Amino acid sequence: MTALQEARPSGAVEPPARPAEPPAPRRGRTALLTGGLLAALLLLALLSAGVGAYGIPLGDVLASVLHRTGLGGHALDRTAESVLWNIRLPRVVLAVLVGASLGCAGALMQGVFGNPLAEPGVIGISSGAAVGAVGAIVLGAGFLGTWTVTVFAFAGGLLTVVVVYAMSRSGGRTEVVTLILTGIAVNAFAGALIGLFVFFADNAQISQITFWQLGSLAQATWPKVLAVLPCALLGLAVAPLYARRLDLLALGERPARHLGVEVERLRVALVLVVALLTAAAVAVSGIVTFVGLVVPHVLRMAHGPGHRFLIPGSALGGAAVLTAGDLAARTLAAPAELPLGVLTALIGSPFFFWLLRRTRRKQGGWA
Amino acid sequence: MIGVFRRRVRELPAAVEPGGLVAGADGVRVVRGRRAVLDGARIAVRAGEVLALVGPNGAGKSTLLSVLAGDLAPSAGTVRIGGRSAGAWSAPELALRRAVLPQTAELSFPFPVEEVVRMGRAPWAGTARAAEDEEAVAEAMAATEVTALAARPFAALSGGERARAALARVLAQRTGLLLLDEPTAALDLRHQELVLRVCRERAAAGDAVVVVLHDLGLAAAYADRVGVVHGGGVAADGPPDGVFGAELLGRVYRQPVEVFPHPRTGVPLVVPHRNPQIAKSPQNASFD
Repeated sequence: MTALQEARPSGAVEPPARPAEPPAPRRGRTALLTGGLLAALLLLALLSAGVGAYGIPLGDVLASVLHRTGLGGHALDRTAESVLWNIRLPRVVLAVLVGASLGCAGALMQGVFGNPLAEPGVIGISSGAAVGAVGAIVLGAGFLGTWTVTVFAFAGGLLTVVVVYAMSRSGGRTEVVTLILTGIAVNAFAGALIGLFVFFADNAQISQITFWQLGSLAQATWPKVLAVLPCALLGLAVAPLYARRLDLLALGERPARHLGVEVERLRVALVLVVALLTAAAVAVSGIVTFVGLVVPHVLRMAHGPGHRFLIPGSALGGAAVLTAGDLAARTLAAPAELPLGVLTALIGSPFFFWLLRRTRRKQGGWA
Repeated sequence: MIGVFRRRVRELPAAVEPGGLVAGADGVRVVRGRRAVLDGARIAVRAGEVLALVGPNGAGKSTLLSVLAGDLAPSAGTVRIGGRSAGAWSAPELALRRAVLPQTAELSFPFPVEEVVRMGRAPWAGTARAAEDEEAVAEAMAATEVTALAARPFAALSGGERARAALARVLAQRTGLLLLDEPTAALDLRHQELVLRVCRERAAAGDAVVVVLHDLGLAAAYADRVGVVHGGGVAADGPPDGVFGAELLGRVYRQPVEVFPHPRTGVPLVVPHRNPQIAKSPQNASFD
């Protein structure tokens, strides 16, 4: 109550009913942030398409892209054209798709769990999806063509989200400790299953799996892009529809229901969307952690927790971060290539640690 | 699977004339664990009336409120809201008919106060009454004196400020039925009075207000009707001066009380019977 007196020193005098002003500065900031993210993403994508062992100047990249889309420009020589369209661009597109999926999935998960520490990698959903994908590789399943790995990853991811959700909730809430511990358990179990698959795998499969676990976009091809495109696009298109209801869910389950949110239905739908997005990401890039944690967090600090910006913003931000990350992975130790997952974990883990400390301080410690 | 992504078309609520039945529970039984928290509870909620639910801790006041809100389906008995069985409404339809203030206000993300209040308007999105949004938010914030806190993060508020901001959200919902679970618990004297004045205003405007209270003085001063929840049912139901008798209250609270009219207003005052040797003598609190 002291804060109240500070806010209104006049005490007994009734303040005049001042109409609440529409959040005009916020709207300006939304436009600014969205524009900034889009510009950054575009710039990084062009840069990533040009930089590498075979350098292509920015102007040539633009010219070739314009030429192929029939908007003018000109074709490059055969080598440059081949490098750009068969190696670089699928990789850039894949980085954008995977990053957007991971960022968006992170924002959704945090909203569903009502917990800023929820992230597909941290709570084990990526591992679950990886088990599905590794299973598909080792068992040599191919009945769905290029989709097989994606479908298996989706099944694994979905199963894991459901398990984590069921295990980490009590009394309509998800405590931080329960969530993290559930993540540890799920990651351990998934690790064991992957280990088991590795045990039964032949040499070629083992190298494929190892690569998976480190997370990388090095094997990007257009068929791979096509294999995840529907999953990623569907998830990204559907996610913003739930923004308003996720805002209400921040009040808690019951108050959200009082405001007309069919909470159970919302949860089922969002768990499906998260599994879809995570599967899309994991199926092509292996386990890339912390993007879904860091990006929504930074955006929440910059713009507040409203999901109408946070969901599309996290998709954009995730895409930009992963494009930058992949560019760094390719170029930092050239001609060798760093695994992307290792790179994001190197940067993401300290952030996660800081976040844990902060959350702990806010809650006054975890007994 | 398709049902997961679908939204039903909603019907806007019709106005109820003063005194008309807005919600009611009859013969309601709710079992928690092995204990029947409510058994045969019966209460009617009428438009234009403030109904206070009082009773000792654990008597089932909040449970009864949850039943009236349609949160809790009783294992026996009927619950009606807006002329229909509570279970027959969908969540979006119910949200147009009743607003609920929970005992504790929580928020997972640091939304500013104004956005929290604006969440109360969510049920009306896409209806004709969405045009009232700005006005409803501003009015609710002014009524609960949180206008000055509009830009502050909800989590940074004190307990009492949070309680008022949460109440503002509920008021902004502008439903014909308000269910408030201990809205005064965290508030100082001035704001307790403020909240109950707001309840009276809403009742005067034709809404039905149900409010769980611990302070019998507040209940006596502001409620049109008091329901004493005790022993799994509503032990007494009527105007405060009829219901608040020393015998009934003493039995229900297992604490002897004295009831006497306020010398100026005549409103019943309820004071625990105190032993002068232990407490200060009640005679010291003289009124003339």
